[in-house]
Amino acid sequence: MSPLTAYLVQFVLALLLAPLLPGIINRVKAKFAGRHGKPLLQLYFDIFKLLRKGEVVSRSASFVLSLGPAVSLATALCALALLPLGGVTSPLAFQGDFLLAAYLLGLGRFAVILAALDTGSSFEGMGASREATFSALAEPVLFSCLLALACVGGALDLETHLSLSGMLGGRPGTEWLLGRSELLFVPVVLFVLLLVENCRIPVDDPNTHLELTMIHEVMILDHSGPNLAYILYGSALKLWFFAALPAGILVPDFPAWWAQALCWLATILLMAVLVGVVESVMARLRMYSVPRLLGGAGVLAALALILTQIR
Amino acid sequence: MSLFVLAIVLLGVAAVALLALAGLPPSIRVARLANVLGPGCVVAACGLGLAGVFSGPWELILQFSLSWGLPLGEFSLGLDPLTRLFLLPVFGLGAVCALSGGLSLRKTRPEEHNLAAHWFFYVLLVAGMAVVLAARDAVLFLIAWEVMSLAPFFLIDFDDSDRKVRDAAWIYLVAAHLGAVLLIAYFALLWQVGGSTDFAVLAAQEHSSYTSALFLLGLLGFGAKSGIAPMHVWMPEAYPAAPGHVAGLQSGAMINAGLYGILRGFDFLGQPVDAPLWWGWCILVLGLATALMGILKALAQSNLKRLLAYSSVENVGIMLVGIGAGVLGAASGHPWIATLGFAGMLFHMLNHSAFKGLLFLCAGEVQQATGTVAMNRLGGLQKRLPLVGGLFLLGAASIACLPPFNGFAGEFVLALSLLDGASLPTVELQLGLLLSLVILGLVSGLALAAYTKAYGITFLGDARSEAAQHPHAAGWRTLWPLLFPAAACVCGGLLAGRCFELVAPTAQIAAHLPPLAELSGARAVDEVGHILDIIAAVGGAVVLLTALLLFVRCRLLRRRPVECRETWGCGYQFGTPRIQYTEASYSEPLGRLFGSVMGLKITEKGGEGLFPGKASLTIAAPDRVRTSLFTPLFEAIERLCNALKIVQHGKIYLYILYILVTLVALLIWGMHA
Repeated sequence: MSPLTAYLVQFVLALLLAPLLPGIINRVKAKFAGRHGKPLLQLYFDIFKLLRKGEVVSRSASFVLSLGPAVSLATALCALALLPLGGVTSPLAFQGDFLLAAYLLGLGRFAVILAALDTGSSFEGMGASREATFSALAEPVLFSCLLALACVGGALDLETHLSLSGMLGGRPGTEWLLGRSELLFVPVVLFVLLLVENCRIPVDDPNTHLELTMIHEVMILDHSGPNLAYILYGSALKLWFFAALPAGILVPDFPAWWAQALCWLATILLMAVLVGVVESVMARLRMYSVPRLLGGAGVLAALALILTQIR
Repeated sequence: MSLFVLAIVLLGVAAVALLALAGLPPSIRVARLANVLGPGCVVAACGLGLAGVFSGPWELILQFSLSWGLPLGEFSLGLDPLTRLFLLPVFGLGAVCALSGGLSLRKTRPEEHNLAAHWFFYVLLVAGMAVVLAARDAVLFLIAWEVMSLAPFFLIDFDDSDRKVRDAAWIYLVAAHLGAVLLIAYFALLWQVGGSTDFAVLAAQEHSSYTSALFLLGLLGFGAKSGIAPMHVWMPEAYPAAPGHVAGLQSGAMINAGLYGILRGFDFLGQPVDAPLWWGWCILVLGLATALMGILKALAQSNLKRLLAYSSVENVGIMLVGIGAGVLGAASGHPWIATLGFAGMLFHMLNHSAFKGLLFLCAGEVQQATGTVAMNRLGGLQKRLPLVGGLFLLGAASIACLPPFNGFAGEFVLALSLLDGASLPTVELQLGLLLSLVILGLVSGLALAAYTKAYGITFLGDARSEAAQHPHAAGWRTLWPLLFPAAACVCGGLLAGRCFELVAPTAQIAAHLPPLAELSGARAVDEVGHILDIIAAVGGAVVLLTALLLFVRCRLLRRRPVECRETWGCGYQFGTPRIQYTEASYSEPLGRLFGSVMGLKITEKGGEGLFPGKASLTIAAPDRVRTSLFTPLFEAIERLCNALKIVQHGKIYLYILYILVTLVALLIWGMHA
């Protein structure tokens, strides 16, 4: 099978399986709480139900309200296409493509924040403000993680070592197995970033009933119908994106692409289980402690960067 | 070259004609004539100038000299790639701002404002900037610099009946002249060392022990014009006071002159390849500090134009990071890093001119329509001013460095240079460049927060005041000049590869780096151009996907109910626009983290007693650098000057005595010498 076909298979797989991750998280949480829980495929049902519905839009809103969901879904799709899914180099890979991926997600966030502000609701303004703050702080942490990876074994192949495919395509996995233990900081930090960027506990509680304490959920209060379906699917893709980043570091290079792909898939699903466990055993942090969590993650990432540089 | 000289001559002729008009008694006909003649001549001259810039090969170096009656220097103009590149925003934005200004000043009452005088100074500003960039002689450069610095004083002072505007104009004047004093010292020292005022002679001189002093003088003098922290204090005062088209031209084109000066300075002080490493560090750290401070201060502002002004400070910081990376790369023997650094800086300079010009013009339109730019009085303008809102959204997305617009392409080239820092020889250089990239990531994250605030609070939600509820909407007829910078924002993103092919050789020649063909093991310009093409393709894919998704949504919603209801308020139905999130509340979480840098001044008056009555909360963000550094400094100078009043009484016989004493003293000195 040619690499392009292998990549396309995995891309389609990611698109199909992404809504499964929230289902897994919810199931794990339910098991911890001793409940049976929602069906695993709940998000699929939700998305299809919403696509078949009409919409209610706010009287204050302009075209920006419906631009937000479409842009956020489009950017999540394009950012995902830059990842080396299952360790197969992305056909789009180029030097510094992680910047493009990060800023594409930024564009999606920009659109969702504006859509939230468009309704004129103070709840949604509150969510928008928190989202802007935390994502601004998360950006440098993500950059230092990826730079730490970029500096590993740069001499191996100059062409792509600065791209996501070079950073995550299995080489870091081989490297840390050979004893570069400082690289193991990176998946830890990336897991924290996963929690922050996807608004999971301990940063945000997607299931809370109180608008005042939410971040992401409160921003989309006024979205309904197909708009909400786009947002839900876009968030699922974003969750897949962030779960795939640690997979790229932990899974080493395998000779057969399907073996590596299976390992990736297993790691991504494991990440979802891990998120479920974290959500079950932790309470949400106070809003003002989140920057400390991010600061701690940033220091770890900077440490990993400095250690890889010094070696 | 002749076209360029012709453009300058045309500007000169227009200036004389407008000066004559300005002297006539105010009448509607004179004002109309001036308002047609001024923008018309500027547009014609800018067109000629652009034709002059693009005629002939880009790398060609041309010179035009005339001798003049002054004892020093000569009238010597030249075009080389660096000058050509910096002339693009001057002529491009000069024409756009003139058109937009001419259209928005149509209804000015002649007894209120002297439009002929306004356009006279505008023409002088454009001519001054063009001559500064093309001057090849120190004396001519300083004269043009002075014209370029003086003209904005009168332009900012347009609404001179407002005291705040007058104060802002004074602050600008003082800041511009403190910078000019440093530059006069800089060129005087250069002249002493090199023995000539001709740039060609100065460039050929040997390096002397003064070089480091000259570097610092130049950095401070040119930095004052560009607004490098802590010399940025005039920007947040001057831009909000100036009319939109003047602020757009200043912020998009004039501050570039300072960066041009820093780059041109490498001709005289030694090429970046031979520069000491500390120069690079100095510029890099200054750039990072300026960028971070600028964007944090921007976040704290509640006045839209002040926010834009601080964001200019941030962007100058980003450009300085590019120069810093370029010098570090060149000095440590990595010309490829240097090329990318300088090219990224030049690219970002062009991009900044496009989107900042657009944003200031939009802010000017908002001010025209509603009479205010205080964000807590605006809101809901997207529905009432859809054209201005759409253009502002485009500008905001570009400046927040989001693909597929030009801001991302520029910063990407700069980031590639920092990313290649990993291949530098020493650990501190590697970490310095990589951590700079991390800090730039933080800056762009904060820029996203600042521009969601600028656009979201101003244009979205419900109107927060009567003025915003019923603005005087302007139509296409007034707004069409804004389409040019908007098109530049889109094209700069989609055609980034072509722009890079223009910018990279310019950076090579300007920084005297070895030509690309000789670089050993380096990836060629083509490859970066190719990468930028991929980025443009992905950006185009985002746009197409978005359009597709919107189309699918429209199809799905056909024949289904789409209801328009109140915004969800937890069941409360009677919300007013006043309960919306405001600009201060939007930046509050970041204010908690960075309050000390943002300089937030929070005054809270709580109600007293068990049943508290009225309470108030005021959040202001005065410039700490100004209030705690410059104000005490100038007050001390004032006290010193007051102390000197002993010798000044207004009695003429004493003054004649001073002259006599001076003469006698000089005579005695002359006899001894």
